[in-house]
Amino acid sequence: MIAIIDYGMGNLRSVQKAFEAAGHQAAVTRERHVLNDASHLVLPGVGAFADCMANLEQYGLIEPIRGAIARGKPFLGICLGLQLLFTESEEFGLHKGLNLVPGRVKRFPWGLAGTDPIRRGSVPVRPFDGLRVVPSGIEGRTGQAPAEAEPVPRLKVPHMGWNALTITREAPPLRGVETGAHFYFVHSYYVEPSDPSVACTMTEYGIPFVSSIWRDNVFACQFHPEKSQSVGLRIIRNFGAWR
Amino acid sequence: MLTKRIIPCLDVKDGRVVKGVSFVNLRDAGDPVEIAKAYDRDGADELCFLDITASHENRKTILDVVTRTAEQVFMPLTVGGGVGTLEDIRTLLTAGADKVSINTAAVEQPDFVKTAAERFGTQCIVVAIDAKRRVIGVKRRANDAKRRVTGATRRLNSAKRRQAPAAGWEVFTHGGRRSAGLDAVEWARKMEGYGAGEILLTSMDQDGTLNGYDLDLTAAVSEAVSVPVIASGGAGTLEHLYEGFTHGGADAVLVASLFHYRTHTIPEAKAYLRKRGIAVRLGGE
Repeated sequence: MIAIIDYGMGNLRSVQKAFEAAGHQAAVTRERHVLNDASHLVLPGVGAFADCMANLEQYGLIEPIRGAIARGKPFLGICLGLQLLFTESEEFGLHKGLNLVPGRVKRFPWGLAGTDPIRRGSVPVRPFDGLRVVPSGIEGRTGQAPAEAEPVPRLKVPHMGWNALTITREAPPLRGVETGAHFYFVHSYYVEPSDPSVACTMTEYGIPFVSSIWRDNVFACQFHPEKSQSVGLRIIRNFGAWR
Repeated sequence: MLTKRIIPCLDVKDGRVVKGVSFVNLRDAGDPVEIAKAYDRDGADELCFLDITASHENRKTILDVVTRTAEQVFMPLTVGGGVGTLEDIRTLLTAGADKVSINTAAVEQPDFVKTAAERFGTQCIVVAIDAKRRVIGVKRRANDAKRRVTGATRRLNSAKRRQAPAAGWEVFTHGGRRSAGLDAVEWARKMEGYGAGEILLTSMDQDGTLNGYDLDLTAAVSEAVSVPVIASGGAGTLEHLYEGFTHGGADAVLVASLFHYRTHTIPEAKAYLRKRGIAVRLGGE
């Protein structure tokens, strides 16, 4: 049976329902013996990093998580459940995470330029170029910027909505998912692993960022498979079948 | 690239959809869950339920609708209408909503938004703003009347208005009946500071007209805040959706009649938008 770790935050029921729809039994629990007996662990997550760490500690969930991962039990982290695996987070000050994956959780820089060419008129905007963004095509056309320059679009934070994955390593839960598939994201912070090779998918939002990691029995993603319709359920199904 | 979102919105009263929805092949076209499933199959990016149940006793009908929807539909679900306490939010989220939309309660008690964002996270707090254009002088009124004529006239007038001194927009509550005495752009900025993760912006002037979104309003709010803005009120053609994203700078569009009456389907809308250069997610991607 799959255990969804209940740390008193987040909409755990939707994760449970997604497992049920994918044909796997799942229980929402913080009982230590249920967690120990479970075949798979899921750490979902919404809310603030520090609150979540505090809750995990208060409910005595940190050791069961560490133990299960060390023993090789398949583990799925979702959104904050990915970020919590890291060494530390910059969210509202610096906070320690579980430090199972060395690296840092960082905020999307303010005012990143969009790559979206159509917002506010039709001036195409080059992707991120340092912190300065140059509308492309203008220099070539007239040699100078037009008198009424369109405002440069700024990316919104949180990064909210459907964005595409580029698969860099075929993690078992990604079986059948192809590069270009869209998943639902909602987050203001992203992970930066010290060892970039733990990444298995990348996503672009002003900058390329790691949208999921895979190491041994641990798969964790920034996006929400439980909210990503059929392609999301595929990952849920794959994870449940992962041994 | 992050794609632009298309969000069908259903008005739900006493657990039933109130505006007629002309989907064929539904066992029960008044059941919000059946319609949610149909929009899921169509590739909607999110779904929104607006609960307009008047009587207090029937308010829990929405919880049943949300619970049944979340069991069968795996995409983000926002629920709004009458959300006024932390307990309202907790029960909706527990039932399976991903976000709640707060409108009148935010105006009456701005700190409620702050507390809610701290408790549940900013990502699930949507602040809904109903805005009406402030009318100054006869000339503007004449321009406003003309706007209804054609898209070309509207765009012309819209350009003229941009040059005229900005009169701004006023926030309304209670379904557009009561002025809150607040400037919509300033209010949006304030709500962002209080922890709104998203702004659902409805033009009361355009709502129900099928004449297109209030693009000036959408652009003004979208530029003022750094959280996503959902344009709402007035979509009657696919071009209106395009304009909402381009001229309005919206991150998402809320659509009701256009899809409910099957004037167009979501796949049609997305194919159209993609052809015009808007990043959208097509079915199976």
